[in-house]
Amino acid sequence: MTAEQRINKAAHRTKVIKGLFPHIVLWIGIAIIIFPIYFIFSASSHTSAEIQAAPMPLGIGPHLIENYRQALFEGTKNMGTPVLVMMKNSLIMALGISTGKIIVSLLAAFAIVFFNFPLRNFCFWSIFITLMLPVEVRIMPTYKVISDLGMLNTYAGLILPMIVSATAVFLFRQFFMSIPREIAEASQIDGATPMQFFRHILAPMTRTPIAAMFVIQFIYGWNQYLWPLLITTKPEFYTLLIGINRMMSGADVQIEWQIAMATTLLAMLPPVIVVVLMQKQFIAGMTETEK
Amino acid sequence: MAKQYEFKAPVLPYLLVLPQMVIVFIFFFWPAAQAILQSFYLQDPFGGRMIFVGFQNYSKLLVDPDYWQSFRVSTAFALCITLSAMTISLFLAIQANKKIRFASFYKTMLVWPYAVSTLVAGVIWLFLFNPNVGVIAYVLKHTFHVDWQYLLNFNQAFFLLTMAASWKQLAYNFVFFLAGLQSVPATLVEAAEIDGAGAARRFWKIIFPLLSPTTFYLLVMNLVYGFFETFPIVHAITQGAPGKSTGILVYKVWRDGVINLDLGSSAAQSVILMLMVIVLTVFQFRFIERRVTY
Repeated sequence: MTAEQRINKAAHRTKVIKGLFPHIVLWIGIAIIIFPIYFIFSASSHTSAEIQAAPMPLGIGPHLIENYRQALFEGTKNMGTPVLVMMKNSLIMALGISTGKIIVSLLAAFAIVFFNFPLRNFCFWSIFITLMLPVEVRIMPTYKVISDLGMLNTYAGLILPMIVSATAVFLFRQFFMSIPREIAEASQIDGATPMQFFRHILAPMTRTPIAAMFVIQFIYGWNQYLWPLLITTKPEFYTLLIGINRMMSGADVQIEWQIAMATTLLAMLPPVIVVVLMQKQFIAGMTETEK
Repeated sequence: MAKQYEFKAPVLPYLLVLPQMVIVFIFFFWPAAQAILQSFYLQDPFGGRMIFVGFQNYSKLLVDPDYWQSFRVSTAFALCITLSAMTISLFLAIQANKKIRFASFYKTMLVWPYAVSTLVAGVIWLFLFNPNVGVIAYVLKHTFHVDWQYLLNFNQAFFLLTMAASWKQLAYNFVFFLAGLQSVPATLVEAAEIDGAGAARRFWKIIFPLLSPTTFYLLVMNLVYGFFETFPIVHAITQGAPGKSTGILVYKVWRDGVINLDLGSSAAQSVILMLMVIVLTVFQFRFIERRVTY
């Protein structure tokens, strides 16, 4: 082999390694995400005794169907609410929050952009200020409002305080401002009322931002934890995440890990499906709102 | 700008903003005002009398070592999460942004965990590191002979919380970094390459400065996440243990209010947190207006 050939070969080798590098890094990244979830899945296929005997078997055991059946229809011994009931509650909460937010924000943005009324700036800034008042910083007083209104353990209590969104109002406002006003003017000349313009022209044009908002807010709603933890005390109103917490409370030996882990996986499924199916709208929505 | 066409209707716009404003006032402004008011009172937990105590709830907090511990651990926690989650995601986003095969597969695989809730992230890592049943805890104990008892050891508890919280935040940062990188003009990077700039130089001199609005935005969002949105992880994994040492600020507000029923102190803590959010939000908007450097 001549010196030149040797240099070429070495250059070729570094090029191959360079080409592989991003793949290796990305696979490590994926492994960091997937491995913990794999162990959860594995745990949900074993018996309580196998898990308690530590270390649990790392493969997929034969109790998968049995465990998921128990989780879906019966729940654990220390928490008798079945996953199906909690899934229904999570779904009502997530859909209520996401659709509620979209409707309320669309109407507010429509008013703020297309009308000139004396309190317009006041409304806009009031909505802006809500950005600075996340539920985490007003836990007790908000709880008190809900309890005074008799909304503890109700779906309204779970949903209503969550459907204000400065983010959604800003996104729709931004979008509405990019629409040529001639369209609004033309609709008026043709005799349409503002609400007809909203329903038949503006709302259909806003399809894409609405879809993006829906994905983000559905996930936000589904993943609420602190709020339902505060206001749901009756098991029939537990959401899935609260249920998981209740399953895990108590001494280690009493925890039915296999059921809790099956429930954890089931709780991940709906929002993950939404993201994967609507990935394009989701990324556009995330990066356009910048929040 | 030319005057924009606007609808003329005296009542309709008020009806349109009404639902939003009603909720804003009932569930945001009213409770916030209550928190401020309550923070100046002592109330016995069974709905009895309220006694005006001025700034006593605040001054008690400021001399309470538990509160300072909570403040310190929250800050350290937020900083560690921000640093680790942002560095790892940026690194991954740079690789995924290269023109390689399977790029869209990699992107999907790194984006979907956005949908995993903070609580679920906490539960997953709790299970892996549970001293009695956890797989990783087993390896730590039997292979590396670590005395793994995170409920008794602050460093271990802090490490576990940080890891769970950062893991959850990876996908969020990845989405934004990737979008930011995609908006860096490829011609600019190629021109630098032709001029002989190496990969590191291209990154630090061209890509990183152009990425600074994204980085800054994520910096604020990660700090907000670390301070305010990690309650589920602490609630699931340590519940503040060992002692109260990992009880971050939001966890302490919750515990003092809901469990200990010390409403005055909980309200004062809420007000302090509100001020923190206000500072962060103002900071963010001021800089976003200016678009940082370029």
